Amino acid sequence: MQSTVSLLRLAPRDTARNYRTRRIVNRVMLVLCGLAALIAILPLLWILTYVLQRGVRVLTPEFFTHLPTPVGVPGGGIVNAIVGSAIVVGVACLIAIPVSLTAAFYVYARPNTTLGILIRFSTDVLSGVPSIIMGIFAYTVIVLTQGHFSALSGGFALAVIMTPIVLRTTEEMLKLVPKTLREGSLGLGAPDWRTSLQVLLPAAFAGVLTGIMLGIARVAGEAAPMLFTAFGNPFFSTALDQPIATLPHQIYVYAISPYADWQDKAWGTALVLIVLVLGLELIARGVAAWQHRKLHAR
Amino acid sequence: MSVISIARSKKQKTRWGEIVRRLEHGDVIFRALTVIAGVLVIGVTAAIGYELWQNSALPREKFGLAFLTGTNWDPVAEDFGVLPFLYGTVQTSLLALALAVPIGLGIAIFLSELAPPWLRQPIGFVVELLAAVPSVIFGLWGLFVFVPVFVKPLGQLLNQSVGWLPLFEGPVFGPSRLAATLILTVMILPTLVAITRDVFLAIPSSQREGALALGATQWEMITQNLIPYGLSGILGAVILALGRAMGETIAVTMVIGNNLDLSASLLHPGYTMASLIANEFTEATTDLYREALIEIGLVLFGLTLLVNIIARVLVWRVARRIPTEARA
Repeated sequence: MQSTVSLLRLAPRDTARNYRTRRIVNRVMLVLCGLAALIAILPLLWILTYVLQRGVRVLTPEFFTHLPTPVGVPGGGIVNAIVGSAIVVGVACLIAIPVSLTAAFYVYARPNTTLGILIRFSTDVLSGVPSIIMGIFAYTVIVLTQGHFSALSGGFALAVIMTPIVLRTTEEMLKLVPKTLREGSLGLGAPDWRTSLQVLLPAAFAGVLTGIMLGIARVAGEAAPMLFTAFGNPFFSTALDQPIATLPHQIYVYAISPYADWQDKAWGTALVLIVLVLGLELIARGVAAWQHRKLHAR
Repeated sequence: MSVISIARSKKQKTRWGEIVRRLEHGDVIFRALTVIAGVLVIGVTAAIGYELWQNSALPREKFGLAFLTGTNWDPVAEDFGVLPFLYGTVQTSLLALALAVPIGLGIAIFLSELAPPWLRQPIGFVVELLAAVPSVIFGLWGLFVFVPVFVKPLGQLLNQSVGWLPLFEGPVFGPSRLAATLILTVMILPTLVAITRDVFLAIPSSQREGALALGATQWEMITQNLIPYGLSGILGAVILALGRAMGETIAVTMVIGNNLDLSASLLHPGYTMASLIANEFTEATTDLYREALIEIGLVLFGLTLLVNIIARVLVWRVARRIPTEARA
């Protein structure tokens, strides 16, 4: 309605000229939109080529198998950060995945009860809280209680970041499963839990997996909450109650150091991290596309 | 359902028998587990607020509301005021938003209305990949490439042309609020694009056909029909992106130059609340110092909470039926 009125406002007095201006405006603005799309592509290409170019120089087999060396000592690697990241992310998965999957079943089954609304609201809030706040949270809950920095606190912080991602995707994926499957299973006399775990979950499995992988990709790159939870560690450590090195934190430490050889290593570490994260992202998208096709082929 | 429950209640002999039967069934246990997990999620959310509040008691008692308006941050004298960083956060994130919104809208329009189908997927995909790049890598790239190659020359240009504005006062630094603003602009683009594109795609095509049939050009159709139609969804995306920008930490810490002074100029180094926490938290030696930093976290938490609630309400209103991305 409103638009009809505003179109009438354009009603031509000098029709031909008016029409020409309108067409020019149209052209110009549409081209600008295309240019905007170009602007989005530019930084990604710039970052990727630069990380690749600078990082490849540093990558040697030794880089993956050795501990960091002090400033000025050539060689050295980031094996402690690779293992550390794996441990911290592993802890995060162990905490976040069971909780968010189970909670997702509640939200799926009864989204509009008070509890369901509260859970969905909390999920939204959690996904908007800055990751550094999660770091402070893990610090006050675990580090202050334990009295020292630890891999466990880092994993806990990441778990809180990961929970809303996995919960939301799982809920969406469960919703995509055809209702008839659930009704069929219940109709055959299967109890709700059997239906959920043996019918719904397998049907939504690829989607749930996608959510988990996206969650891992997201938290594996988080440096901010690591600053005062996992804290970093120049030595090899697998202990949960000790400080531990992680890839993103290592990049941060190397990058803001004044030493050229450490800065080089920052690029190498960044290449390792970006390959891991973007690789996971690509696999996740692939799985999602495959699942999509499978569901629609029926 | 009701037929089943009637059948059930006929079979039920005693209350105890009913409980045992249900437990054997397993549903009660399963339901209980899902409730526990759900309550846990709610509990964690509440606990974050509680912990921040609880662990910032010292500065809250000592400074009260003056904490928000104080311009001095002096750990040695134990005098803490958050205004310069609050200003830094608001300044960089709002400016980043002002830059990102037109670009993001343009991309969303391009993706939903203009691009040929074979181009939509790849470009949408690139934007999503941009969202997946870790913040610390943005920071690394910003620190060593973006700032010296682009931001510093741009700063000099701005200073020479419009330097009389307090916003572009010299001297020109490389790492600066301008650098943080521009990095944030790139980082919040994916959030904006993903949601606004979904909003555009959800608009029924009769809206487009109607406008075009009345003689509108494509651009007039977009500005006079599609944007007003999806306005609350777009606003939601904008505010969500604002929350993103305010909370972004590592990339900003690496390019903003870390300076405690309150200065209007974009070309000067500064601090945001998040970057101050990131930079000083492990150095905080006294309880008051550490709790002052946690109180900054509390302020930041409050701000992002507010922003997110507003955004969610707006997005929910318009796009309740669109399956949203997990990262949205």
